[in-house]
Amino acid sequence: MDEKIIIENVCQEKGVKILDNISAKVYDGEIFSIFGPSGSGKTTLLRLINRLDEKTSGHIYLDGVDIDEMDVITLRRRVGMVFQLPALLPGKVYQNILFGPGLFDRSKRDDTALALRYLKLVGLDEELLDRDGETLSVGQQQRVSIARALANEPGVILMDEPTSALDLTATLKIEELIKRLNRELKVTIVIVTHNIEQAVRVSDRSMLIVRGRKIEEGKTKDMLKNPKEELTEEFISGHLEEVR
Amino acid sequence: MELMEYQGLVLAYFLILTAIFVSMHQKAGLEKQLFYGSIRAFVQLMVMGYLLLFIFNLKEFHYLILTLLIMAVVSGQMSAKRGEGVPDAFRIATGGIIIGSSVSLGILVAFGIIETEPRFIIPLGGMIVGNSMYASSLSLNRISSELKARRMEIEVALSLGATSRQAADRSLRETVKSAMIPSIDSMRTVGLIHLPGMMSGLLLAGASPIEAVKFQLIVVYMLTSAVSITCMCVSLFAYRKFFTKNHQLVFISSPDLSNRKGRMSKSQK
Ligand SMILES: Nc1ncnc2c1ncn2[C@@H]1O[C@H](COP(=O)(O)OP(=O)(O)OP(=O)(O)O)[C@@H](O)[C@H]1O
Ligand SMILES: [Mg+2]
Repeated sequence: MDEKIIIENVCQEKGVKILDNISAKVYDGEIFSIFGPSGSGKTTLLRLINRLDEKTSGHIYLDGVDIDEMDVITLRRRVGMVFQLPALLPGKVYQNILFGPGLFDRSKRDDTALALRYLKLVGLDEELLDRDGETLSVGQQQRVSIARALANEPGVILMDEPTSALDLTATLKIEELIKRLNRELKVTIVIVTHNIEQAVRVSDRSMLIVRGRKIEEGKTKDMLKNPKEELTEEFISGHLEEVR
Repeated sequence: MELMEYQGLVLAYFLILTAIFVSMHQKAGLEKQLFYGSIRAFVQLMVMGYLLLFIFNLKEFHYLILTLLIMAVVSGQMSAKRGEGVPDAFRIATGGIIIGSSVSLGILVAFGIIETEPRFIIPLGGMIVGNSMYASSLSLNRISSELKARRMEIEVALSLGATSRQAADRSLRETVKSAMIPSIDSMRTVGLIHLPGMMSGLLLAGASPIEAVKFQLIVVYMLTSAVSITCMCVSLFAYRKFFTKNHQLVFISSPDLSNRKGRMSKSQK
């Protein structure tokens, strides 16, 4: 398997040390989860991968190319992002989905056929296309924001706790969707979660970070069954919360 | 001007005495403020009068420009106070005011609509600069609160491959809109709800109503143009301060930005 993303000695500091020398590999076509207690630096790391923030030191490679050498707009089109809260842009659902493509090709701003394709891909009904984003349920909104990220045809999608605003039923459905998209579109997915069960349900491989340090990386099921580190064990048994 | 002998001025001061009387009678306790306020108004306006007399006598064009520039810098400073939280607010405000004012005043002069005489340029320039300052303050204030409020929306747009400019588009639009509405409103109501001070002045000075109206119209158009150019420039200069060259939104509360602000206010002193 090819390496899609290589994270190499990444540090992030903003007055305090937030990420301390993180290295990891995400392989092409897999679902990789980053889990850890609240405040451990998961969101921070994710935001470094598409350069919404600048790291203090270290390197991140996408398909073997250092992201600092790439045009940042190109990078972000290749690495989509789904935020913790859906955050739909003001306007209709189809305008949300077409926002990315429309930035580069004006004619795509009203390409409802294109929008419909992505709407269906995330399992939403056609009649939602013309609805105002605000009138959707949170679960539906999160699906729209996934469709919106997909519409750029990225090779990677970063998801920051995409189900934290949802109840269990909706969460499980979104997890199914994530797995299906990964399978059908061969898109690599990096998902942040503070929930170990979710990591087990969706991801092939995982990494645990605590207080900005990587504790362990490996096959999610192995990590759960035979944790190599004491902190991993602690986290699994639920004794590791709010470490900052 | 016979109307304004100093004798008359002294007599007019009796009007303030009536206000002081009212304050005493109603136990409003404003006597002191009224007294000092009236003296202050007297001093300020007299100083202004002699200053204008001095400037009007400087027939050289570059002194005129210098005077206008000083006005712009002073109002830039005032406006920057409204733009706390915007790095480099002083330079942004001053730049916007200078551009807005000189374009609209420049057009009037270039088309020969007004003469380059101090008695035209100075009062008109003062009005333009004043209105631009107001527009600049509104813009500075609005752009930072728009960006703050739309932080999520902006980062979503950036993550989808938008440039800073594209991501800030809606914030810019709202800012320009809100900064221009007051002058559009006053353009619509001029003559209906209020007679502008300048027009009243012309009428008092003996101009025919039609002359006064024509001049007032020029002023209204000129101010509207100055205001729109200023708020466009100020918001376009200001939004950039919230983004890095790699199209990253710099959080308003982050230490980076407050450091920059700290450094700037120090260098200003
Ligand atoms: N701009 C910043 N300035 C200073 N500290 C920051 C900044 N951004 C994040 N941090 C700190 O970095 C740490 C990691 O934050 P981060 O949001 O990455 O955690 P997280 O693992 O995503 O937590 P959660 O599960 O609660 O979302 C926190 O202690 C946070 O307070
Ligand atoms: Mg987080």
